[in-house]
Amino acid sequence: MSIISLNEPDKELLLMGNEAMARGALEAGVSVAAAYPGTPSSEIIASLAEAAEDMGIYVEWSVNEKVALEVAAAASFSGLRAICAMKQNGLNVASDFLLNLNLIGTQAGLLLVVCDDPSSHSSSNEQDSRLFSKMADLPLLEPATFQEAKEMVKWAFTLSESIENVCMMRGVTRISHARGNVILGELPRRKARPYFNKEKQRVTHPVNQKHPLLHESLDRLREIFNGSPFNQYAGPEKAELIIMTCGSGWLYAQEAVELTGLDDMVGILKIGTTWPLPEKLILEYLKRTEKVLFVEEVDPFLEGNVKELAADFMRQIGPKTFFGKKSHHIPFFGEMNSDRVVDALTQIFDMEYTFATPAYEASAKKAEMMVPNRVLGFCPGCPHRASLWSIKSALELDDREGFVTGDIGCYALARNTAGYELSKTSGAMGTGTGLASGFGKLSRFGFSQPIISLCGDSTFFHAALPALTNAHFNNSNFIMVILDNSATAMTGFQPHPGVGINAMGETVLPVEIEGVCQALEAKVEVTDPFDLEGTRQKLLDMLEGPGGAKVLIMRRKCALLRLKEEKPPYRMHIDAELCLGKDCGCNRFCTRTFKCPGLIVDQETGKAKIDEVICVGCGLCAEICPTGAIVREETA
Amino acid sequence: MNEVKDPYNLIITGVGGQGNVLSSQLIGQTLVNKGFFVTIGETYGASQRGGAVMSHIRISKKKQQSPLIPRNKSDVVVALEPVESLRVLAAYGNPEVVVLVNTRPIYPVDVTAEKEIYPKMEDIKKALDELSGQVYYIDATEKAMQMGSPILSNMIMIGALLELELIPLSTANFIETLAARFDQKGLEVNVSALEEGRKAIQLAGHG
Ligand code: SF4
Ligand code: SF4
Repeated sequence: MSIISLNEPDKELLLMGNEAMARGALEAGVSVAAAYPGTPSSEIIASLAEAAEDMGIYVEWSVNEKVALEVAAAASFSGLRAICAMKQNGLNVASDFLLNLNLIGTQAGLLLVVCDDPSSHSSSNEQDSRLFSKMADLPLLEPATFQEAKEMVKWAFTLSESIENVCMMRGVTRISHARGNVILGELPRRKARPYFNKEKQRVTHPVNQKHPLLHESLDRLREIFNGSPFNQYAGPEKAELIIMTCGSGWLYAQEAVELTGLDDMVGILKIGTTWPLPEKLILEYLKRTEKVLFVEEVDPFLEGNVKELAADFMRQIGPKTFFGKKSHHIPFFGEMNSDRVVDALTQIFDMEYTFATPAYEASAKKAEMMVPNRVLGFCPGCPHRASLWSIKSALELDDREGFVTGDIGCYALARNTAGYELSKTSGAMGTGTGLASGFGKLSRFGFSQPIISLCGDSTFFHAALPALTNAHFNNSNFIMVILDNSATAMTGFQPHPGVGINAMGETVLPVEIEGVCQALEAKVEVTDPFDLEGTRQKLLDMLEGPGGAKVLIMRRKCALLRLKEEKPPYRMHIDAELCLGKDCGCNRFCTRTFKCPGLIVDQETGKAKIDEVICVGCGLCAEICPTGAIVREETA
Repeated sequence: MNEVKDPYNLIITGVGGQGNVLSSQLIGQTLVNKGFFVTIGETYGASQRGGAVMSHIRISKKKQQSPLIPRNKSDVVVALEPVESLRVLAAYGNPEVVVLVNTRPIYPVDVTAEKEIYPKMEDIKKALDELSGQVYYIDATEKAMQMGSPILSNMIMIGALLELELIPLSTANFIETLAARFDQKGLEVNVSALEEGRKAIQLAGHG
């Protein structure tokens, strides 16, 4: 049984923010959930998938975020509550439908959760998705604690039904991926019966009537939000300064006020309903203070909206001094923490605050200098290391300044030393293939560098397929390498259409990537990246062969998945006699260049060594050593 | 047992794949069962790929704390890898913090590629002395390998932590949580790993 479907009301659990949201959806009687995985949002739908059988709900991993939102909307149109979750980049993909769905409207509650990744811990950018709610004229909620994440999700469905439109919620990494106390509520058992009323067309037209209706619902929402318990104030009646904050900022703001001992002077107004603003409520607190500090993650969203409101009501509330991102008291980038709020408060109040003594600081600095960097690398035994190794040597042998256009997934590491810095471009999902399609048309201007694009198996279905179609249609010339590791590994091994199993655990006919490519009349080859020789030769042949888009599928299961299923095939050791160590012609090819973390240097002898804690016995490195010093013994 | 300081701030740090995320969850759930507010902030977007992984575990009787410990405010640091203890103390240490260090290094690829230097153990020890109140060194990985799997090193470190009675949690409480999570065989291995950690601290002679 999954933890989120535990039928024990009042039980207190330690839940991840994402699990809390999933539980909230179950408590609200959600029937349908859909998403494309993306850190830090994936566990919302992943935990609902685990609970699907118990709870009699339908959960799917869709091929991309736009389709996921469409699937959720279909449920809503039929009278079933639905949730759709994605990361910030995903909203860009889904936004085309979202900015039509807002005019179309919904029936049963439809919640769209978007999880942002301030500091881009696991993302290509740190976009603030809240701007979309303003653009789409849709309500936006921002939970500040784990318990609240659950309660807000529950409320969001009611809210969505009361305005017959989508309700948006913004999570951030430190809510979604953090853990905290959550008290469980009741789980409803009855489910609505779906029915699509053909009398009511679900279209955006007439826009000139639907658009004004959206604005009317914003007015209604402002009224509702003025009385929402998710907006709350704590602090002195008349405050020297009020911190206005939302989402994860609330806990940091509280802690900073405690640390600085400013409780008597500083109040905190927490806004849970950030769009449209609860104007009456905010004006009331603006009247109580002359100074306001905004604490929020990424863009000055609350800050800008409150300032706009203050400008409209300047006469009633009097002049204010605003502190926040615009005044540079709070940084414009990176995630929030209580130290950042402490820094802002001590600046504003011109007070002393020492984190540590100067002597301690000096020792800390010294220690920091000693600590080596840990750049991210591929796991030991990872098929991508082998794939990139072959691409690297093929491009070197070809010697025409060929380069790689990269994409999103574990193999995004192809941009750093782990992937031999091969990948020279990276952007959105599928961008590798799209850019390659563009580069591949530049020969008429004298462009002669070969292009190899990278794309994962999951990315192929998400966004690279249209780019490959484009390449075929326009007769573009490049090699598309599909790194097929049989999973969406980066985000936690969710299945995709090529795997043969779906989120409900049902066996389905896998979509064969090679078949799809062949249908596009691309030349397709498949190789096992652990066959270094064969893979390199195939690449060289393709580089020399006739033009057009060619596809090379490098297929080998993700090392982490493999480890779960089978024992390591080899036991590895170094033959110290054969290893040339520092004198190696390749200058220790294995550790300096190949870079599997399982290969280390014996500090005393200067020779290569296997770290038996790290090595997973994949055997690959034995093939790269020019003297045969890396020995593999088959495990029984 | 620490009753005074609220919130009490524990950091478990290591390298992706060492299992500190699961360890912090198990500790956290046990504390919630005992009526505490627990907040865990963990960075594991990168945990599968050799990056530094750190969990902040914040324990309070009063209220839900923020998921990140403020600068210099850690109370105890469990480092599953030696230099990771320094990385953490440089930001979160103070003269009172208690540190438990697994002595087995995991070399970053830039170190094996000789672009960076991994400090000598004696230099690490000197720096740790300057940055903490007390340090315990435990050969957890070696012990874990003797027990059959390096992944057990994190349970050994937790066994040591529990033995020090710094967090309001007894070994018995913790084993109850393990029992709900693992099958009989898994439970037995983990319990004996905890026991190894307990012995290691006794040998180090605290008290
Ligand atoms: S193991 Fe092979 S590649 Fe590595 S240093 Fe020794 S001889 Fe060179
Ligand atoms: S066999 Fe070699 S390449 Fe494979 S995991 Fe071990 S050290 Fe790395």
